[in-house]
Amino acid sequence: MSTKGTRKLERWSRRRVLRGMLGGGAVTIGLPLLNCFLNESGTAYASGNELPLRFGTWFWGLGMASQVFVPKKVGAGFDLPEEIAVLEGVRDDINVFTNFNAFRDSSPNLCHYTGWVVMRTGQAPANGDDRPGETLDVTIARTLSRTSRFRTLTATATGDVRTSYSYENANSPNVAEPSPVNFYQRVFGQGYQDPNAPTFTPDPEIMVRKSVLSGVLDETRALMGAVGADDRARLEQYFTSLRDLERQFERQLTKPEPIASCRPVTPPAEDPKNGIDSDTVAERHRMLTDLMVMALACDQTRVFNMAYSAAFASTIKAGYEKPHHTTTHEEAVDQGLGYQPVASWFTRQAMEGWAYFVDAFRKVPEGGGTLLDNTLILATTDCAWARVHSLDGIPFFTAGRAGGRVKTGLHVDGAASTAARAGYTALKVCGVDMNAWGTKSNGTSREIGEILA
Amino acid sequence: MGLCTVAAGDTFDATSPAQVRLISQQQYANTVAYVFGPSVNVAAHFAPFRRVEGLLANGASVAGVTAGQMQEFQRTAESLADQVVGPEYRDFLVPCKPARADAADKDCATQFIGAVGRLLHRRPLDPALRAHFVRQAGDGATELGDFYRGLAVALEGMLVSPGMLFIVDRTEPDPDRPGQRRLDGYSIASRLSFFLWNAAPDDELLQAAERGELHDAQGRARAVERMLASTRLETGLRAFFDDMLAFDELAILAKDPGIYPAFTGVTIADSREQTLRTIVDHLVTQDRDYRDLFTTRETFISPALGILDGVSAPPGWTRYEMPADSPRVGLLTQVSFLAGHAHPGRSSPTLRGKALRELLLCQVVPRPPPDVDFSLFEDPASALQTARERLNAHQANPICAGCHKVTDPIGLALEHFDGAGQYRDNERGAPIDASGVLDGKQFADAAGLGEVLRDNPALTSCLVKRLYSYGVGGPARKADEKTLLPQLRERFAAEGYRVPQLMREIALSPAFSAVDEPAAAQTASVGGRP
Repeated sequence: MSTKGTRKLERWSRRRVLRGMLGGGAVTIGLPLLNCFLNESGTAYASGNELPLRFGTWFWGLGMASQVFVPKKVGAGFDLPEEIAVLEGVRDDINVFTNFNAFRDSSPNLCHYTGWVVMRTGQAPANGDDRPGETLDVTIARTLSRTSRFRTLTATATGDVRTSYSYENANSPNVAEPSPVNFYQRVFGQGYQDPNAPTFTPDPEIMVRKSVLSGVLDETRALMGAVGADDRARLEQYFTSLRDLERQFERQLTKPEPIASCRPVTPPAEDPKNGIDSDTVAERHRMLTDLMVMALACDQTRVFNMAYSAAFASTIKAGYEKPHHTTTHEEAVDQGLGYQPVASWFTRQAMEGWAYFVDAFRKVPEGGGTLLDNTLILATTDCAWARVHSLDGIPFFTAGRAGGRVKTGLHVDGAASTAARAGYTALKVCGVDMNAWGTKSNGTSREIGEILA
Repeated sequence: MGLCTVAAGDTFDATSPAQVRLISQQQYANTVAYVFGPSVNVAAHFAPFRRVEGLLANGASVAGVTAGQMQEFQRTAESLADQVVGPEYRDFLVPCKPARADAADKDCATQFIGAVGRLLHRRPLDPALRAHFVRQAGDGATELGDFYRGLAVALEGMLVSPGMLFIVDRTEPDPDRPGQRRLDGYSIASRLSFFLWNAAPDDELLQAAERGELHDAQGRARAVERMLASTRLETGLRAFFDDMLAFDELAILAKDPGIYPAFTGVTIADSREQTLRTIVDHLVTQDRDYRDLFTTRETFISPALGILDGVSAPPGWTRYEMPADSPRVGLLTQVSFLAGHAHPGRSSPTLRGKALRELLLCQVVPRPPPDVDFSLFEDPASALQTARERLNAHQANPICAGCHKVTDPIGLALEHFDGAGQYRDNERGAPIDASGVLDGKQFADAAGLGEVLRDNPALTSCLVKRLYSYGVGGPARKADEKTLLPQLRERFAAEGYRVPQLMREIALSPAFSAVDEPAAAQTASVGGRP
């Protein structure tokens, strides 16, 4: 920013800028934006709208080695054992949760499946064909993302669109975007309205395109009345998605509110090469993360999901013949170390990714703080010790302060209570009115009170 | 030939459920290519279906549309519409010229929307819907001062509508089975076309539906013969085997380049193409026995695949016969199977055996138990050098042995091929024993495995089951296992295991068009699952 530009902008009053914008038609405003678009305390946009609360999930596969993962000290100032030592830089912005259990009750322990389904739905699946119902991010999106362009954004560093832990219902996963180039196009390509663009001219074609959907909605209604119950439910979901599309067109007719934290995004020149070697996964994760945080900063969505690795992670360590999942089962425990060294290496790679993810939110200034201050991220996995698929002691993290609703910098011991408390806490923090969440032994109405502000 | 298959009195009297299928990305692309030509670029990213009863295609009849997926449909539609009415293509793709390019032209819009809508929706547009799209095209042209922009908006609407995106089995009373229902002619046309060509019906097939010919045995047979004789059958057959062989997994396959430096992304793409070329050539061009795919030495080779065998191949694809002394015989020894069912840095007899059982024999291998410590026999420091030695250790564990005895003996037969599908004499210096047994039949090596697989009755019964469910758009049901599928198996055998003939049998069978829902369940002429 030039000094000259800064001085010029400083002379602009908030009222003057807004008066210009409300004048209608094509409006020119100065760039870059300053905090004149925030209220005096930096907690809300100038319009009085509070800075939005965001919620998201992060996933890593294949758990941990408790000997080198679980901090000895509970509460604030917890230690960082070697498997999570890389979190040193973000320790004050996260919480670590250990000694929580994913209960399966009478259901079998479905390898690398039961654990994550419990974490995301509060229910243990009965069998491998028992797909998850609505996951908590989708529930939360109905509250937080009502007005945003995308209900949710889901991405994965694995290169596989199927690495998604977000479901609208059993037959409708929110497919993950594995390509940074596509992710950019989807969010910042055609249809993106830069909230800080100097001019805004409503596109007359948008109204026409919205109008054509009315006939499509009628066609769908007619079809819904004439199919069986299962297919009617599918068409109702499609109908709702059409309405969502209609709402997006409406949104494009309105000048978006300027957002100081929203910065121009450079399109990725190309995707990382295909493959799931650890370096490529890390690179893909960094690229997708950088796009995701700006999608949130620019208020394109308020709910997001990112997967670093899959529950059956097949990430490759260069020169080592077994991928991550196979390693967890076949590598011997080093008697001197007390854990499986290569399996632990994979977990440490994931933790490095987690640290990067949290830090990326922290690097985006927003209001008087950062994007992370207005976000709650729940990071989960599929098991505790992958070697035997244990569900007792399944670890998870949170990051961010959710607009002041959540405290950070804590290690919480769950005292063998259900890990579904994490999801219930997230739902409550995000304003979803529920008396309880989950079923059977995972059913809970107990928040994790230690982290609530 | 099976022209008389639907003759009156045929014992083939089964029915199939009416389905509502979501169109797949490939079906969408194939349909658009037919309607607008192959030059139009379909930049689609549709959600993959869940594999149900062995096929992604079966997942289409349960898949939902999320808000995110709807946005993808819309983005694809917008891009397509822009191309179709854009200056480059409009003179070819819009069958009339408006009186003025900057204003509405109802006649021209009606002509375009009627013709294109019929092909995209696989039936004439309902008059009210057609009128809506024409009106929207007119309003858009007036509002935007551009006839073609108005047309683009209407086309975008047609492309995101349920008539395009859902393949709905619509039904009508069946005069031959009082009180029961059958697919209407257009729905038969769609079933036939997506089955045989993996695309929407062409104009000629829709005309046959319009004339009511698809309910007539001879009329449907004529239509099926034309479709089987078309070069588009290759597209349909490729789509089926791509699905059945789970080649979608190849799209994300990765190997450790440090361990397999000759194996690249090109190798993966070529391995998929090699197998599909081999299948199409064998089954369609040469009209040969399906079972011989597992013993044939005839295939095609590319430079990337040639490198793995030390063979110099010219650019592109070359017909190639594996030498008599080559260990590569049949589909099981092709790279697509060997590398596709192996780890990134080593082979996996268990994954290969499981794939053979599940993909080719329609059997289910149970999940491994959750609490087994594999490291006891996978410790690299141990004296167990070969996969056989390591897996034999599983056999000593009764919890493991139950499943491993159904996968490993067949997977070990392929141990002369490493995780990238390259031939090797030994593993860690130890000789490889590739002998084994499949359902009681002994064999000495990979070629022998191909022979016993060829003669395994489950090989052909599995294909019949998969192909039938692929054709009717949903998994076969228990009742089908008792009567319909055995009859199809008998006919498949009687016709020398010719797959196009089996496709003909399925397409002409009464079950292909007779639906089993009672008429009372219908409130309109649209089918739903009972």
